[in-house]
Amino acid sequence: MMRWLRPVIITLGLMLLWQLIVWLTDAPHFILPGPLRVLETLIAQFPLLMKHAGITLAEILLGLLLGTLLGLISALSLVTWGGLRRWLMPVLVVSQAIPVFALAPVLMLWLGYGMASKVAMATLIIYFPVTAACFDGLRQTPTGYLQLARTLGANRRAQLLQIRLPAALPAFGSGLRVAASVAPIGAVVGEWVGSSTGLGYLMLNANARMQVDLMFAALMVLAVMALALYFSVNLIARRLTPWLQESTSSTTRGDS
Amino acid sequence: MEIRIEQASLHWQQHCVFTDLNLTLPAGQWTSILGQSGVGKSSLLQLLCGIADDADIRGRIQCSDGRPLEGRVAWMAQQDLLLPWLSLRDNVLLAARLTQSRSASTEQRELALYLLQQVGLGERADALPAQLSGGQRQRVALARTLFQDKPLVCMDEPFSALDAINRLKLQDLAAELLADRTVLMITHDPLEALRLSNRILVLQGSPASLSAPLLPAGATPRPVSDPQVLQQQAQLLTLLAETVT
Repeated sequence: MMRWLRPVIITLGLMLLWQLIVWLTDAPHFILPGPLRVLETLIAQFPLLMKHAGITLAEILLGLLLGTLLGLISALSLVTWGGLRRWLMPVLVVSQAIPVFALAPVLMLWLGYGMASKVAMATLIIYFPVTAACFDGLRQTPTGYLQLARTLGANRRAQLLQIRLPAALPAFGSGLRVAASVAPIGAVVGEWVGSSTGLGYLMLNANARMQVDLMFAALMVLAVMALALYFSVNLIARRLTPWLQESTSSTTRGDS
Repeated sequence: MEIRIEQASLHWQQHCVFTDLNLTLPAGQWTSILGQSGVGKSSLLQLLCGIADDADIRGRIQCSDGRPLEGRVAWMAQQDLLLPWLSLRDNVLLAARLTQSRSASTEQRELALYLLQQVGLGERADALPAQLSGGQRQRVALARTLFQDKPLVCMDEPFSALDAINRLKLQDLAAELLADRTVLMITHDPLEALRLSNRILVLQGSPASLSAPLLPAGATPRPVSDPQVLQQQAQLLTLLAETVT
């Protein structure tokens, strides 16, 4: 019971705090609108918000898909070919020293103001965390499993597909969680730099026109979207590793 | 099939652990090697299994049928090494799953189930390893080893992670299921060696060498209360303690 009530209480409490600050500081509504006013705007402008939210969501999901696929493929190649690892690993690490946000204007220049540049931003921002997580997971297969596989006559391909890959799934799951929480940042920053649609564009535009209530409403939609995304990915990651929960409960129970 | 290791040598950090070691595993007999940790007994076993890549170990392996030993050894380790994402049945079937492209045949699935029944876990074939206790998990590992049906079974301290009662139970089970097979077992427990083996060798010294084999009489598994077993256990313990300086 408390489990379901707690988030509701926290949300209501924060709203109350927000309203309290508005009352105490007596801020004009074009600087800090109260929660009720934002909710009103949210309802009044719902079709507009949804139109832009749909575009942002599509950018995030496409970026997530592409970044995860690329990261997974890179990690697999790095593990499979030792030579490639020696050449590519330094490049990967150096590429992380360049902030992705600094690349945003160049991406606009190359890919235009449409969705492609935002998808590229989201892809780039999650590529490295996913690659690193998968790579670590694939490298840290318990040696015992691999020795056993060899005495069972498994070739390298079978070892990779049936031992190392499933053993790396928990690490892949945590990479996916990180990706889900940073992908929205990539998409929104991309929209800020140059765009005519999406929640990021709507926020900048509303801000410039002193429609701060609309900006807050867009922010709320974005937050709800990011949360929903995170929880869905979390659910998928858990489904990928159904044995994990049971093994954690067995370690607390103790052996024999 | 009789297996011989000739002129095996092991070096560890430029230090010679043993050199010019010869070992014969007679067909159909259970041979045990006793020794302190660090005398290279596990490396010797890994050499036979073809998984000794970290160790600087060399040796010639000969089989009485003249063919190479590679691919004809089943390995059972101290850890059960059950894959947590596979059911017990699939863990037993692992050799088939890893080597053939199509899925396991009906006969193989039936064999796996039969072996699980033999180790007393037939009803839990679809459970995941995490749902089992340590003793049960090692039983599944034993079933997986039997499924391979290889001419040589190598066991590396297979029961040392278990509590005393489970260890005795698993020893009885192993003696029954591995009867008349060629087995090499590494252990540091003299009682375990005496209960199960036809031949017991002690690996000790620096550089280490193998003692003359001790040949306990009677059928295995020998009862723990057998006076001969107890007397020989004292004898082996004294012998092992001598080397600790």
